[in-house]
Amino acid sequence: MDIALQINGTTEHLDVSPGVTLLDALRERLGITGPKKGCDRGQCGACTVHIGGRTALSCLTLAATVRQPITTVEGLSTHDQLHPVQRAFADQDALQCGFCTPGQIMSAVAATAQGIDDPDEVREFMSGNLCRCSAYPNIVAAVRSAGSEERRTDATV
Amino acid sequence: MRPFELTVPATVDEAVAGGHTFLAGGTTLVDLMKLDVVAPQRVADITALPFHGISTEDGLRIGALERMSDVAAHPGVPAAVTRALLLSASQQLRNMATIGGNLMQRTRCGYFRDITMPCNKRRPGSGCAALEGNNRMHAVLGTSRHCVATHASDLAVALVALDAELRITGPDGGRTVPLTDFYRTPGERPDIENDLGSGDLVTEIVIPYPELAANSTYVKIRDRQSYEFALCSVAAALDVRDGVVAEARIAAGGVGTIPWRLPGVEAALRGEPATEAAFTAAAEIATHGTTPLAHNGFKVPLLKRTLVRALLELTGGDER
Repeated sequence: MDIALQINGTTEHLDVSPGVTLLDALRERLGITGPKKGCDRGQCGACTVHIGGRTALSCLTLAATVRQPITTVEGLSTHDQLHPVQRAFADQDALQCGFCTPGQIMSAVAATAQGIDDPDEVREFMSGNLCRCSAYPNIVAAVRSAGSEERRTDATV
Repeated sequence: MRPFELTVPATVDEAVAGGHTFLAGGTTLVDLMKLDVVAPQRVADITALPFHGISTEDGLRIGALERMSDVAAHPGVPAAVTRALLLSASQQLRNMATIGGNLMQRTRCGYFRDITMPCNKRRPGSGCAALEGNNRMHAVLGTSRHCVATHASDLAVALVALDAELRITGPDGGRTVPLTDFYRTPGERPDIENDLGSGDLVTEIVIPYPELAANSTYVKIRDRQSYEFALCSVAAALDVRDGVVAEARIAAGGVGTIPWRLPGVEAALRGEPATEAAFTAAAEIATHGTTPLAHNGFKVPLLKRTLVRALLELTGGDER
């Protein structure tokens, strides 16, 4: 099937079989390797991307069914300027091996955009992203710190 | 995954005519296709069809293609439904899954997902590995010697309690089915899970009398605090007048092969005082007919306690 995907502001044309997941199209066909293949069953969240501005699991999404723009972790930073959530993950040491981090960051961007700050609500929101290194306390700290940074920035505009 | 043909029907007539397997959010179907548990030859992506919108005129009407996260965020949706949705899966899955698809998710257990194991649902006549296997998560109500898998939808439990109806369209036209009549217990045919025929498509979910749900809740007990199936859950709506139960609607999840409405408990509550003692007495009726397996006997007392907790929550008596 001939498909056109809008990824990080660029339109990519691909010929895929119907069973190809968005995750495989991104990684194997387009070299966009930010989204990771952890479980490949929709359970770990390492493949999280944004489709139409919302988080989605690219391993359970067939590439040929995507009609809205896709953002991966590669699309967050502008030039050499990290996204505030990326900066917060680095500052708060919210990772060890880093394999789950692109997925964590895509969920964290959605959490801060929704203004989620209460620790219990952050944990609930982030529960679809597993971290084998168990960096959870620092991930919660990073989400909260990025959120408060964004709110502070908004207030000064 | 086995090769298949993917089409995107532009009209409802086109969708229901083709003998397709329908794909919406894909969170169950794509998963099962990747595991080779199901291998449809023709798949129709129905997300372009016009089953959208949430309306509070003439009951609460929700288009089947509305996403779980959008339904949960709508102010006109009763508390029991909102809570059931927000306690389901993860935020990513709630963004993807439609509510029609949520109701159509397969009744399943780990043995159904593992193609190396016998399973009467996946391969009729091959046996049920759960009967003598690990059956801690399995059902204690509505089981048969052919299947003991639980129905996993939290949403369905809330909707069954609130007398929801499904609008269905198909090759022979449209019909309305109460959700309480929609699901089928496994009996001799665990591969048949509901009332849909070939080409039938759920188009809308209707709660005809949402005022009954004004005082409603959903309590879910699980092994983890988030992103986990229910060991036991209870959806309840209660109308209490002058300290007496005037009306009750109750269903349980995590314990049945289908979302389990509890009319006996509702009848026992009507006219009784809204007290913990009356709730506890009525909850005893929920356990009638339970058939525990080797590892899931704990679900019987858990069902009673979950039910009492839900009712206390609705009457302001749950301080825990």
